[in-house]
Amino acid sequence: MADVAEISGPQTAIEPRGARPRHAFSRRNIFIYGTLILVAVYYLIPLYVMVVTSLKGMPEVRLGNIFSPPMEITFEPWVKAWSSACTGLNCDGLSRGFWNSVRITVPSVILSIAIASVNGYALANWRFKGADIFFTVLIVGAFIPYQVMIYPIVILLREIGIYGSLSGLVLVHAIFGMPIMTLLFRNYFAAVPEELFKAARVDGAGFWAIYLKIMLPMSLPIFVVAIILQTTGIWNDFLFGVVYTRPDTYPMTVQLNNIVNSVQGVKEYNVNMAATILTGLVPLIVYFVSGRLFVRGIAAGAVKG
Amino acid sequence: MPQQKRPIRLLRNLNAKIAAVPMMLTATFVFAGGSLWTVLYSFTSSKLLPRFSFVGAEQYERLWAAPRWNVAVENLFIYGALSLIFQFVIGFLLAALLDQKIRFEDTFRTIFLYPFALSFVVTGLVWQWILNPDFGVQSVVRSLGWTNFEFNPLYDADIVIFGILIAALWQGTGLIMCLMLAGLRGIDEDIWKASRVDGIPTWKTYLFIVIPMMRPVFITTLVIIASGIVRVYDLVVAQTGGGPGIASEVPAKYVYDYMFHAQNLGQGFAASTMMLLSVAVVVVPWAYLEFGRRRHG
Amino acid sequence: MTSVSIKDLSLEFGAVSVLKDLNLDVGDGEFLVLLGPSGCGKSTLLNCIAGLLDITDGQIFIKGKNVTWEEPKDRGIGMVFQSYALYPQMSVRGNLTFGLKNAGVPRDEIARRIERAANILQIEPLLDRRPGQLSGGQRQRVAIGRALVRDVDVFLFDEPLSNLDAKLRSELRVEIKRLHQQLANTMIYVTHDQIEALTLADRIAVMKGGLIQQLDEPLTIYNRPRNLFVASFIGSPAMNFIKGEITGTNGSPVFRAGDLTISLAGYETQQSLAPGHCVILGFRPEHITISDVPGPAGRSCEAVVDLDEPMGADSLVWLKVAGKAISVRVDSGRRYQPGEKVFLIFNPAMASLFDVATENRI
Repeated sequence: MADVAEISGPQTAIEPRGARPRHAFSRRNIFIYGTLILVAVYYLIPLYVMVVTSLKGMPEVRLGNIFSPPMEITFEPWVKAWSSACTGLNCDGLSRGFWNSVRITVPSVILSIAIASVNGYALANWRFKGADIFFTVLIVGAFIPYQVMIYPIVILLREIGIYGSLSGLVLVHAIFGMPIMTLLFRNYFAAVPEELFKAARVDGAGFWAIYLKIMLPMSLPIFVVAIILQTTGIWNDFLFGVVYTRPDTYPMTVQLNNIVNSVQGVKEYNVNMAATILTGLVPLIVYFVSGRLFVRGIAAGAVKG
Repeated sequence: MPQQKRPIRLLRNLNAKIAAVPMMLTATFVFAGGSLWTVLYSFTSSKLLPRFSFVGAEQYERLWAAPRWNVAVENLFIYGALSLIFQFVIGFLLAALLDQKIRFEDTFRTIFLYPFALSFVVTGLVWQWILNPDFGVQSVVRSLGWTNFEFNPLYDADIVIFGILIAALWQGTGLIMCLMLAGLRGIDEDIWKASRVDGIPTWKTYLFIVIPMMRPVFITTLVIIASGIVRVYDLVVAQTGGGPGIASEVPAKYVYDYMFHAQNLGQGFAASTMMLLSVAVVVVPWAYLEFGRRRHG
Repeated sequence: MTSVSIKDLSLEFGAVSVLKDLNLDVGDGEFLVLLGPSGCGKSTLLNCIAGLLDITDGQIFIKGKNVTWEEPKDRGIGMVFQSYALYPQMSVRGNLTFGLKNAGVPRDEIARRIERAANILQIEPLLDRRPGQLSGGQRQRVAIGRALVRDVDVFLFDEPLSNLDAKLRSELRVEIKRLHQQLANTMIYVTHDQIEALTLADRIAVMKGGLIQQLDEPLTIYNRPRNLFVASFIGSPAMNFIKGEITGTNGSPVFRAGDLTISLAGYETQQSLAPGHCVILGFRPEHITISDVPGPAGRSCEAVVDLDEPMGADSLVWLKVAGKAISVRVDSGRRYQPGEKVFLIFNPAMASLFDVATENRI
């Protein structure tokens, strides 16, 4: 019987069973992964070039091509970029800008998030008359080119007496971080079940008690998202830094630009690239450490914006 | 029964109102007030200091007569149109590729998005180096044998804006991809199943079903890209400094230079008002569509 | 003749086994309901039949043809989804025709099929509207129409009524039943709603943990559940369970739980009811009667009323019997007061007995 079955024509074909046969190298897969890998290489090249160049000595940079790995690895450009590169008159490297940026970013992040979280909470849970008008103006303000508001703020800061100081810049960051941060927190708090809020009110908790005891403990994720967004955003700022600070209080980005694009002296490309990496390091670390949260942050900030 | 005092309206939710004071001040004085102030002073002859000496549209006439401003506007249009198209197309294609239930999705996404974490200054300087004619792409290709190879966007006034575009796309496309991917993921999985049961090829499902469904995401993306385009400043400063000559000037840079270097505030105010106007052209219809429709249900 | 036949089907997502060695035969023109709690694998099974999920092992036959490796469109199925999954930017007509146009069906044939489907489902006036302009019930009808125009033998429904409100759900339930009578197609219908299952099905497959627990006609499932899970999952209000043991001689077995004894004479079983066997006795609330006087010896006991829940047509009375809570469904004509003493009369023929260890029916 078995013999008969075997020779009966089409029966000899494999009887389909289990998963559909898959080819790891199907045309579809080759196309998808091929494209993705190619694009990924394109995206990685600048990072690679930065690192490679910063590890070469100047003679090698002048001789070789920018994509070739260093024949002799040297960390001297990094040391120089950090401690002795020149910007105009100062020759104490990027370290000054780094510490300025730290002293700008930390208080700016704290201040802007403190204001925005309380504000978002007030807007989401304590709707009061007129709040929507101010909020609309705030959100529309997020689309106004900064250039329109730059000069009035210069006057404002000058009147208060903090124009050119770090605290002036901190205030500016708090102001311009407000729209997106408030939106972020407002949307988050609005999604908290209203019953929870009502129950707390019935239990006699007031505005601040509810914020501190109920809302804060349950909103850790959104605070992390906000910190990520603000840290990278403020660290990367250039325009406000260049407008509202003086050379000795310049943030790192401004100082970097002045080092690399300074017209005096011989161009030291390796030092420039080391300085560029150093400036990009903080946001890059934040990005790689935070991973999915970063994506969530920009998605939350952007899609709903 | 003790007589109850009628609560004073203004004091209701007092704490909430106090908490909103920074927002009110910012919205009123900085955003609304500041913009109005700038628009108002763009009609004055302010030079080193703002002075309320009304001169009508004189600043605007001078602005539109200035070659530098016209180059800046033209650059913005070319850069804007191209960056809009490329960011949309590349962002969507990358998102669609990542949406094919592939392996290492997180790795690819991390790679495509990391430039977005970097500042424009860093972006500009890296690409300045890569496009450097003596050491960068041009010299590498030439050393491979194509000795006549010519790609020197940073020193060629005709194509400098494309050099900036390459850098901008590298920096920003990851974000657009992420937005598009979120949009694709937001589409009901049953739609995909239904189209598979119907036997509709993948590309047709994208073209006729998925893309039309993503309209809201596209509009949001459009607004984000557009408002970013008008602002472009740091990238140009870092990558080309506006050069060669004035070939890569952009409006935002014109504003800054006239306000803080040329000591010609009136010009700066007029130029920034023009920027405001161009954003309004994009944002107002969008806001009207977005919020107007919501109100009508 | 079988219409859909599933042989030794397994599905694993990584290390998680979702469907285990499943066998199922669906007859031609049969209405089969896959019923179970969420996560039991019923929707997954349906997606496997449709070819939307790749299976790990086993085979699927539709109309005698091995379709295990076929694409969904080539399997001769139509599918209706819980979220309707209508293409929002196309008119109703566009939704119905898109697949057909793609498959290269001639124009007049398309027109004929649309007309027929629209006629059956009474959606002619809606053909030029967009899905967004339709009510939930109308959308679901269009979704059914999209399956209908495919002119297939097997319809798959994935919880099609779950997104509708209760009233509309019962209306559409009737319509689906009528549709089945009219078309006489094979239908496989996934739901977690037991009323839908009981009213629609020719046979119900109750699923849990990736396995079919029982596959039977609705009334058999209701009256003679094969195990404790099926017994407790089906029926609302739920079945009463009392844990106890068998006593008495083999000729006249008696169930005993503390002070409560119930004669099991008349209980149908293939197995012997050995004394000392630990069992769970189940009674549906409507299979117990309340009486003011004691019933026949061994089938009756005293009880105290705890609570009376009137539900309109009938009432659910909660009572305490030998320290255990029992619910009984009675005519709502009479109200019972808490603390009232009454007698319960059991009918062993309608009872269910389960082994404590295996939880299977004895």
